[in-house]
Amino acid sequence: MDYTTLIQLLDSTVRFATPLLLACLAGLFSERAGIFDIGLEGKMLAAAFFTAAVASLTGSAWIGLMGGIAASLVLAGIHGVASITFRGNQLISGVAINALAAGMTVLIAQDWFRQGGRTPPLAGNARFEGITLPGAEALADVPVIGPLYADLISGHSVLVYIAFLAVPLTWWVLFRTRFGLRLRAVGENPAAVDTAGVSVVGLRYAAVMICGVLCGIAGAYLSTALQAGFVKDMSAGRGFIALAALIFAKWRPWYALWATLLFGLFGALETRPDVIQAVIGLKVPGPLLGGLPYVMTVVILAGFVGKAIPPRAGGEPYVKER
Amino acid sequence: MDVMPKWAEVVLVPLISLLLAAIISALVILAIGEDPVAATKLMVEGAVGSVRGWGYTLYYATNFIFTGLAVAVAFHARLFNIGGEGQAMLGGLGVALALLFIPWPHWTIGLIAAALGAAVFGAAWAFIPAYLQARRGSHIVITTIMFNFIASALLIYLLNEFLKPVGQADPSSARFADHLDLPTLNSVLTGMGIKASKDDSVNVTFLIALASAVAVWVLMWRTRLGYEIRAFGHSESAAKYAGINPVRITVITMLISGGLAGLMGVNTVMGESEKLLLNSTEGAGFIGIAVALMGRSHPVGVVIAAILFGFLYQGGAELALWTSIPRELIVVIQALVILFTGALDNMVRMPLERMFLAARLRRAPGPERKPAEPAK
Repeated sequence: MDYTTLIQLLDSTVRFATPLLLACLAGLFSERAGIFDIGLEGKMLAAAFFTAAVASLTGSAWIGLMGGIAASLVLAGIHGVASITFRGNQLISGVAINALAAGMTVLIAQDWFRQGGRTPPLAGNARFEGITLPGAEALADVPVIGPLYADLISGHSVLVYIAFLAVPLTWWVLFRTRFGLRLRAVGENPAAVDTAGVSVVGLRYAAVMICGVLCGIAGAYLSTALQAGFVKDMSAGRGFIALAALIFAKWRPWYALWATLLFGLFGALETRPDVIQAVIGLKVPGPLLGGLPYVMTVVILAGFVGKAIPPRAGGEPYVKER
Repeated sequence: MDVMPKWAEVVLVPLISLLLAAIISALVILAIGEDPVAATKLMVEGAVGSVRGWGYTLYYATNFIFTGLAVAVAFHARLFNIGGEGQAMLGGLGVALALLFIPWPHWTIGLIAAALGAAVFGAAWAFIPAYLQARRGSHIVITTIMFNFIASALLIYLLNEFLKPVGQADPSSARFADHLDLPTLNSVLTGMGIKASKDDSVNVTFLIALASAVAVWVLMWRTRLGYEIRAFGHSESAAKYAGINPVRITVITMLISGGLAGLMGVNTVMGESEKLLLNSTEGAGFIGIAVALMGRSHPVGVVIAAILFGFLYQGGAELALWTSIPRELIVVIQALVILFTGALDNMVRMPLERMFLAARLRRAPGPERKPAEPAK
């Protein structure tokens, strides 16, 4: 494998990893606050559609992004009402949200655009195009560093940079602010937080809403940057891979970055079977590679490679003692 | 103490939840510029207005009975088996393997072999998540989700690499032998001299599904194992003190659950397509969750809910054919049913409980309440 191929492979790794990373951080906020969220997939899908739809109607990807985040927040709100206010089963609520998004996106797409459940193809300002970082063109001819900077680091859409900046930001919020400390506490021991006079319900809603915003950006990336428009079921299980990455990362932001990059690499390799064959001299079938993140997650969950311990109060509605 | 009488618990709460789901579905239909009343009429006509309609309604219902029972059995042990989809896929694989490589002389023997293959493969796919949950504390919801995706990857791989006949482009197995076709409702009716359509639809597997429902009822409420499963579901610690082995119960429950989900493969793979297709489950595993929630995890409720969803599925297909309402409307309705009967259960229950409590207090005033004593 030559250097150009490597850069290409890493470049598509970044593209595949971005939505996973955003969704993974989304799940991180929610689950650290004690709210399980298997509805990441649905929120991403809804955001992907509404971003593309609004962008195609207004011609602006940024207004589209707002629409996508709003849609994701609505679903996050439903999840909050069901699992925080009415203390329902968070997993069942997540399943409902996934199905709701899968159905509603096609229904509305058909009603608005009549193109068989898709949006019209997006172009120009309706998409988040790749941006060239300063000096990329000047450096492009420098050996080794040139392609690395010009082709791998530069040239992505703004959402990619937002996603990567979200990692240190998430770390800082969760581990260096009072809000973050309380948020993590509410996922471990809500009663203690309550005793300290901080609202458990308020904190959990805040976490669920942050989760909604991040899922919204993830979905927007799918339909306006990775692809040009919405097609039915375009999230294609990414929400679940993000969930897998979250467990893989043991609910930590920096680990989440590495986990999603690893899973992104699998995605990139799936599209380049020739590279695998050249490197390890063995023909690995694509579907098996696609299944690898899930297998690895099960192995991690089984505790064979380090133990993944979820936040202690995860999944349990908080009932105040009377 | 139960606040509500039993009939309210069993009938009223699900009915109100269902009504809420129906109202919102009607609003959705209105919002996309169609007439909900006309849509309902079309669905009723398409799903139960003809022999053909009934055939498909019951065909879909057969799938949902299996997956619904699978989820329901697991619910009784307070396990959430979200992996019905993957288990059903593997069940289909079991059917195909049982029928492709052994020349069964007659469909009856073939059916037994296929059912065994389906149940064993489905159960095997549920075994690993069950074992990991019981022994290593891995969350069964996450592992079963992962196993859905692994099943799908495995199926794509096997179909493309091994089961696809040489020279064929689309990923499906070879057709099973003709004499292994299952008798369908239509063939029975034609045999009796009643003219029906030629479509293959509901077949003898429907009877297996009904028998499974009865078997689940017997298991749950008439056997020691069923008692242990329910006791474990009510309180794990109490079950442990009573000498019930949690590992054993978790694994056995999931084996039964996975086996039931796997059996769905008999209906789709042997009964309908007569070969293994890539996507023969069509999300039926997830509908099982809605069915189990709506049926309150009781076999009778599951069968009723499954037939209702069969009606929705077939009616939805007709709607998509005659109007501009896409089939995905059914997915929306399914989501609303899961939301209201599952996640928002308390929203319906709390006001009702308050109502019944108020009514009871009015009817039989308890010991007279004294005014609070003034603080000294």
